[in-house]
Amino acid sequence: MEGFFGQYGGAYVAETLIRNLEELYGEYERIKDEEDFREEISQLLKNFVGRPTPISALHRITAELGGAKIYLKREDLTHTGAHKINNALAQAVLAKRMGKTRIVAETGAGQHGVAVATACSLLGMTCVVYMGAVDAERQAPNVQRMKLLGAELHLVHSGQKTLKDAISEAIRDWITNVEDTHYLLGSAVGPHPFPNMVRDFQSVIGEEAREQILEAEGRLPDYVIACVGGGSNSIGMFNAFLDDADVKLVGVQAAGEGLESGKHASPLLKGTHGIIQGSLTYMLQDEDGQILETHSIAPGLDYPGAGPQHSYLKDTGRVEYTSVNDREALMAFEELCRKEGILPALESSHAVAYALKLVSQLPKDALVLVNLSGRGDKDLSQAIAALEQLKNAEVLV
Amino acid sequence: MSRIDQMFARLREQGECALIPYIPVGYPTVEGSESLIRTIAESGADLIELGVPYADPLADGPTIQEASLKAVSNGVNLKSCIAMVRTLRDKGLETPIVLMGYCNSFLAYGLDNLADDAKEAGIDGFIIPDLPSTMAKPYVEIFEARGLKNIFFLAPTTSEAREAAVVEQGQGFLYCISVTGVTGERKSLPAELRDFIHQARQVTTLPLAVGFGISNEEHVREVSEYADGAIVGSALINVIKQSEPHEIEAKAGEFIRTLKQATRKAATPI
Ligand SMILES: Cc1ncc(COP(=O)(O)O)c(C=O)c1O
Repeated sequence: MEGFFGQYGGAYVAETLIRNLEELYGEYERIKDEEDFREEISQLLKNFVGRPTPISALHRITAELGGAKIYLKREDLTHTGAHKINNALAQAVLAKRMGKTRIVAETGAGQHGVAVATACSLLGMTCVVYMGAVDAERQAPNVQRMKLLGAELHLVHSGQKTLKDAISEAIRDWITNVEDTHYLLGSAVGPHPFPNMVRDFQSVIGEEAREQILEAEGRLPDYVIACVGGGSNSIGMFNAFLDDADVKLVGVQAAGEGLESGKHASPLLKGTHGIIQGSLTYMLQDEDGQILETHSIAPGLDYPGAGPQHSYLKDTGRVEYTSVNDREALMAFEELCRKEGILPALESSHAVAYALKLVSQLPKDALVLVNLSGRGDKDLSQAIAALEQLKNAEVLV
Repeated sequence: MSRIDQMFARLREQGECALIPYIPVGYPTVEGSESLIRTIAESGADLIELGVPYADPLADGPTIQEASLKAVSNGVNLKSCIAMVRTLRDKGLETPIVLMGYCNSFLAYGLDNLADDAKEAGIDGFIIPDLPSTMAKPYVEIFEARGLKNIFFLAPTTSEAREAAVVEQGQGFLYCISVTGVTGERKSLPAELRDFIHQARQVTTLPLAVGFGISNEEHVREVSEYADGAIVGSALINVIKQSEPHEIEAKAGEFIRTLKQATRKAATPI
């Protein structure tokens, strides 16, 4: 059936929204291969976003660990500082071509909100962003950026006051303003056609990286690693490698305070089948189907569901899903700053942390490609405080 | 004939519009819930939409969100909702009852179990706001096998082609969403509502019930002129919320009686 990955996906939404989803799907299918649309997107990606982003080899860390060679795909170097801009710009262009004048979006880490506000400023569209009150507090610099870019910011005080609650409010706004508004969803989640569309718009990451590593090393990597919140940077990276059977794909979820503590955000490891925000997928829920609270130091990973294609890739075994806890992510965050001069987002630090654990077990000639989905400027105050706390605790022990 | 079909047939003869109140099970308290639902039924509800509390109700505005959350934190789940209906039926309540809830509550329970237990308890059907007709087939097959109805929606945004498909699958009545938006009280009903219902009338003989934003007696009277049912949720919850605990039943009963009276003045629409 259309809009499904195996049994996962679909469009479980109010009847009121069906027309918009059908219209979006129809227009997207019609426009996506048009020369004119592709040219507009590729010009923007080149001249505004700064693509292609490079891949960088981690020389010092590789030498120190004595293991395999690690490359980072540098989405942190895009304009606005995360992969989110790839999808935000493309969807905004599509929406404008569809005659929409108003954009609503949710944001967790604030990176998607900043990207959408940027796209709207560039294209002259009205921008409304919903953000959980807890996230707004822990990602203050991005709140300021969004406001400066002209976005109307609504803080969400319902539920856990994080990403899931922001998505719910954005959907409610969309149901109310169906005529002039496009909902610019920021991850590969939600009702059909969002998971497909967001994947397609993020696939530039993997397409570039695949070519770049072939050029640098003359071969494909043994491992490709990315962090998985809703799953957009990871699916954008993995998509180009899905048919390369020898390339192992690893998605890293947030283990928070530990998978066994119950305070985590790993639906692909600890979740069960359910319907969350419009699609059937692995999600964290109690036996009554109520969505469970999540925990992660990285706001962009702090979400109880995974994109439906990830659920499918988990079941088929094509992607291996694993997790990294807050502490490991923080250590990787610091390590990358100290040894390689790169300040990663806390979300991306999860992928880096897993790579650092993995390479010491791999032969020297192995090759690992990690998607560095964003930069960490937004995380500074929270990460520094958390690192200090960690160190104080360890001195005491 | 099912309870729902009988009710609409009877009202059609009498030239009345059905009054359909929505109330979450376990709201505002678990202890008072059974008696409150009975009061609502006895005060003139023609069909009761019993809410299965869900903490993330995407199609609901602040009033029902808050009431749902309250009921969830009161410990109410789908099992207790089904048990509630069983108790009401055991004590002789014959008003048609449909469960209104989100897909995930029903999925978590298991659709086959749900249909068995719902049938046995005396539930007549389901209203599932995040189950559009395009996704409904597996649910409908399981419900139909037990004679349970799935109530489909028409929205102001529903295209003609979709309308035809919805009408074809429709059972019991069609839930016509008055506005583009979420549930919640509104000052006035949209000007286009009358045309929307007349348009639907051209393509179906199913009873048409209007919901979302119906807030007072005047609204019910207006809707009764052209529709077969008036669904009232947030307004009832607000009456309950604004009442002292000891007067909740009296106030809710009075509100329902007033609304029911407003459905009686209508001439029969067909
Ligand atoms: C830098 C960065 N990486 C990753 C994510 C997680 O999202 P996704 O799994 O959709 O890539 C976010 C989300 O806010 C982010 O800002």
